[in-house]
Amino acid sequence: MYNYKHYCKNLHKYIHIVDVCFFTVSQEQIKNLYQRFQQLSGNHEKISRDDLERIPALNNNPIRKQIITAFFDKRNQHQNDVGSLDEIGFEQFLMVMSHFRPVNSTATEEEKVTVRKQKLRFLFNMHDTDNDGIITLDEYRTVVEELLSQSGAIETEVARSIADAAMLEVASTNVHSPHSRPRMISMKESHLSILNRFRWINIFSMMSIRFLDMNSATMRCGKLSS
Amino acid sequence: MLRCGYALFWLLGSVLLICVVSPVKGEAVVTREGSHLKLSESSHSNESQHGHSSNITGIPIISFKWHHVETPYLVAFWVLVSFLGKLVIEANHHVTSVIPESALLICFGFILGGMIWAADKVQTFRLTPTVFFFYLLPQVILDAGYHMPNKLFFTNLGGILVHAVIGTCWNAASLGLSLWGCQMGGAMGDLDIGLLQYLLFGSLMAAVDPVAVIAVFEQVHVNDVLFIMVFGESLLNDGVTVVLFNVFDAFVSLGGPKIDAAEIIKGIVSFFVVAFGGSLVGLVFGLLISLLTRCTKNIQIIEPGFIFVLGYLSYLTAEMLSLSAILSIVFCGMCCQKYINANMDENSVQTVRYAMKAFANGSETIIFVFLGISAIDKVIWVWNTGFILLTLLFVLVYRFIGVFFLTWILNRYRLVPLEFVDQVIMSYGGLRGAVAYGLAVMLDENKIKEKNLMVCTTLIVVYFTVILQGITMKPLVMWLKVKRAAVTEVSLLEKLTNKMFNHTLVAIEDISGQIGHNYMRSKWKYFEENWMSWILMKPSARKKQDQVFDVFHQLNLKDAMEYVTEGERRGSLEFVRNENSIIDFKKKSESESFDINNANMSNDHGAMSTTSRDPIPSVSLEMHEQIMKAVREAEAINAHHLLDQHLYKSRKQHRHRFSRSHFDINRDEKEVQEIFQRTMRNRLKSFTSAKMGVKPPKTIVKHTQKEQQQKMPNGKSMDKAKTSYSGDEGPNSVSFVHPAGIENPAFMPDLDPMDLLQIPPWLGESELDSSMVALSHRAQVDLPRTPSNLRRLAPLRISTRSTDSFTLENIPDTQQMDTQEEFLQSKLTT
Repeated sequence: MYNYKHYCKNLHKYIHIVDVCFFTVSQEQIKNLYQRFQQLSGNHEKISRDDLERIPALNNNPIRKQIITAFFDKRNQHQNDVGSLDEIGFEQFLMVMSHFRPVNSTATEEEKVTVRKQKLRFLFNMHDTDNDGIITLDEYRTVVEELLSQSGAIETEVARSIADAAMLEVASTNVHSPHSRPRMISMKESHLSILNRFRWINIFSMMSIRFLDMNSATMRCGKLSS
Repeated sequence: MLRCGYALFWLLGSVLLICVVSPVKGEAVVTREGSHLKLSESSHSNESQHGHSSNITGIPIISFKWHHVETPYLVAFWVLVSFLGKLVIEANHHVTSVIPESALLICFGFILGGMIWAADKVQTFRLTPTVFFFYLLPQVILDAGYHMPNKLFFTNLGGILVHAVIGTCWNAASLGLSLWGCQMGGAMGDLDIGLLQYLLFGSLMAAVDPVAVIAVFEQVHVNDVLFIMVFGESLLNDGVTVVLFNVFDAFVSLGGPKIDAAEIIKGIVSFFVVAFGGSLVGLVFGLLISLLTRCTKNIQIIEPGFIFVLGYLSYLTAEMLSLSAILSIVFCGMCCQKYINANMDENSVQTVRYAMKAFANGSETIIFVFLGISAIDKVIWVWNTGFILLTLLFVLVYRFIGVFFLTWILNRYRLVPLEFVDQVIMSYGGLRGAVAYGLAVMLDENKIKEKNLMVCTTLIVVYFTVILQGITMKPLVMWLKVKRAAVTEVSLLEKLTNKMFNHTLVAIEDISGQIGHNYMRSKWKYFEENWMSWILMKPSARKKQDQVFDVFHQLNLKDAMEYVTEGERRGSLEFVRNENSIIDFKKKSESESFDINNANMSNDHGAMSTTSRDPIPSVSLEMHEQIMKAVREAEAINAHHLLDQHLYKSRKQHRHRFSRSHFDINRDEKEVQEIFQRTMRNRLKSFTSAKMGVKPPKTIVKHTQKEQQQKMPNGKSMDKAKTSYSGDEGPNSVSFVHPAGIENPAFMPDLDPMDLLQIPPWLGESELDSSMVALSHRAQVDLPRTPSNLRRLAPLRISTRSTDSFTLENIPDTQQMDTQEEFLQSKLTT
């Protein structure tokens, strides 16, 4: 069904990515992802925004826009690049996915730190839309509003207040910020670590997905194509 | 029966004596609860005896009718004694910090049992299975189910189930078989126990006891996942054990030869039927409760009762259908918790919570005390060193093997594997308890010759695990450096980010086309929100369901409370005045805000000038004057509001009418209002007149001083806020300081006209109570402000300076958003 030849040809490349980014993902899982990728892109080599937007299961997701954007964000490609792409290939797709890998119990302390940082960075990038390294109050509000928009009970006004209050919480934990800019409540990149101060950022459990061995992509294949 | 009575009096006397002599020994008091249990047994015989004992000739003025009240009296008395015992035990924290309370209670039971024994020469009181399973266990389990952290539980459900089902079967089988093997090997002398009976014994010993586990782990505070694994397992495997026990019991009755493949298969099937059937009954009752609480608005006083009665009924129903009663009541509690919390009145929810805890804690106490009392009975003690020691050994060893093996399998599928130390604690936390004992006592002496040996072994295992393992648990946890549960405060950021995580994960699973946990969870949530909530929840309650909002609400409430306390402590008027002065400053900085740099400059300048003690720039004066005239009338209204809201309320609280069904304060007393309003008017007049004589520049915030004050009443949170704040924001805060502070609020009624636009803090709070977001009618009419008022309370808790958040509150309507933002900025940027 999928473009097997192309897959085989590039397998070594993917495996390289896997070596770099995924510690725990097997070839089998990559293959699954590749199938899924093909399925999404309609057997093309690149995938575009529209392809992702067409996924029916995403429709209920309040932060769908942010997620899709994150896939096309160059910052999430482990390169020091900024900006956004129109289309991504499987490699980039894998790169983004790699943010969600679980961490091996055998990973060293250093690796753990790196992975944690990457995960946090991914999250941060989702908030920081103009990618200046600062989440401003406005940016944060936008996200929170959308996040809360799903449950009809909360009006925009309340959502804003919640965002404000949350920002204030950040501000109050953020002790060492002598030089932050005026007119902006910001969560600076350098202060990502403040997130760690909360117990709940057990980032490994919060932001990891077990990539399945079995080929569940086909299970939902019918749904998608219909 | 009379003997009972005498023993009791003797006990009472001695206990009182002991209490007086040495508080530690007072633990002995608890023992009396034993009689409680025995009572129900003895009550039948009592009834036949009492009643006609009188051969009275005349009319007695006073007659002593002990038999008339004996049963309930003894029950009540034992409850009292055990509670007193707990009281004494808990009085000394040095002891309880080393030895868990459950162990102490059991020891207390020993002492009481010894006293009864000394008095009666026979153990009159014992923990009987009927009392235990029908009157003591249900509330403990209901409490556990009702307070179960659902999300955590279901996230780890797989692991819990594996341990509860497979682990328990493994424990039962291995223990039974090993003991049998040992007997074959001749390690235990001459015992008349067959293989099936060994298996039966194994199955009753297999279960980890929830009561014991909660009692020990509650004091240890291990991390969430570990706790839920042990606790969830202990809850579910109770059901499994009871089922296993029944199956083997049936096998034993059948006798070895009659058991064929068909019977075994029936046994296995019944296992599943009993377990799932029980859970199903629980779910049905849970849904029933949820539905019922939808329409109990008019009988608020008794609505908490429904939960208990229906919960108990679900237990009994399952028992009646010979399904797993324990599973039934667990799921009943878990299923209804969300909906009843949303449906019922806040007060009722609190009532349920407390009553649940009271019942559970009470019966837990009684259970442990009676476990102790039961030991002091010559009849049950049959010593067989080999049997007892081997049982102990096998119980411990197989628990370790089982846990390690199962966890090893599970870890291959877990995202976050259970660590080695966690596994050790899980194994070591396999405490046996009253369920095992209850089952052992239920054994049929006719079928099992060595029943007493089994009971006594069970008791020893229970004592060993609860007392020895209980005591060593804490040091072990410390020594192994098990991750402890962090004490956390709720924070909005946490909730928001969690939500963000969840949605992200779901989206990633969607995109990668997997059907994983997150996918399932989101689907379930979707279904739950759209269907279950719709059916089971009041429409009004449905709105409040969002978790984030809930936290927001809680935080706001908390802030408001602190705010009010602060206000009360300082005298509300002064409080208001201070606010105003801050507003002034606020206004000022806002007016300057077209030029940020300028504002910054002024901030800096302020910081500098603190030393020179000439802080607040003249701007505030100007502002003040400008607004002064326009707002004068409004000010009066606002002041009226403040006072009305505040003072009148406190009055109301004293005016209760006695009513069994209503707690209301009587509202329709118009006279009171009338009088009050008149007084108010007078006061207002005096205020306005006072104000005329006041000079504007008195907008003083004695910031530094105030902060010191704040620290004191509000304890930690304020304190923390302060310290965290002091690091970077020092200069900013100082800039608020005005040297010319005026101390006496009485002479300084509200200076600032601005306050008419602000909502008094307590007003905001009272509204939170009633309608979460919407302001009261009055507030809406007079103060055209949005719910955003409430939000501004939120920062108070964490914000570096509590006063800052007050200022936010004060900013007039039109500019509120901007001002706030700027203000926040200025705050943060320093």
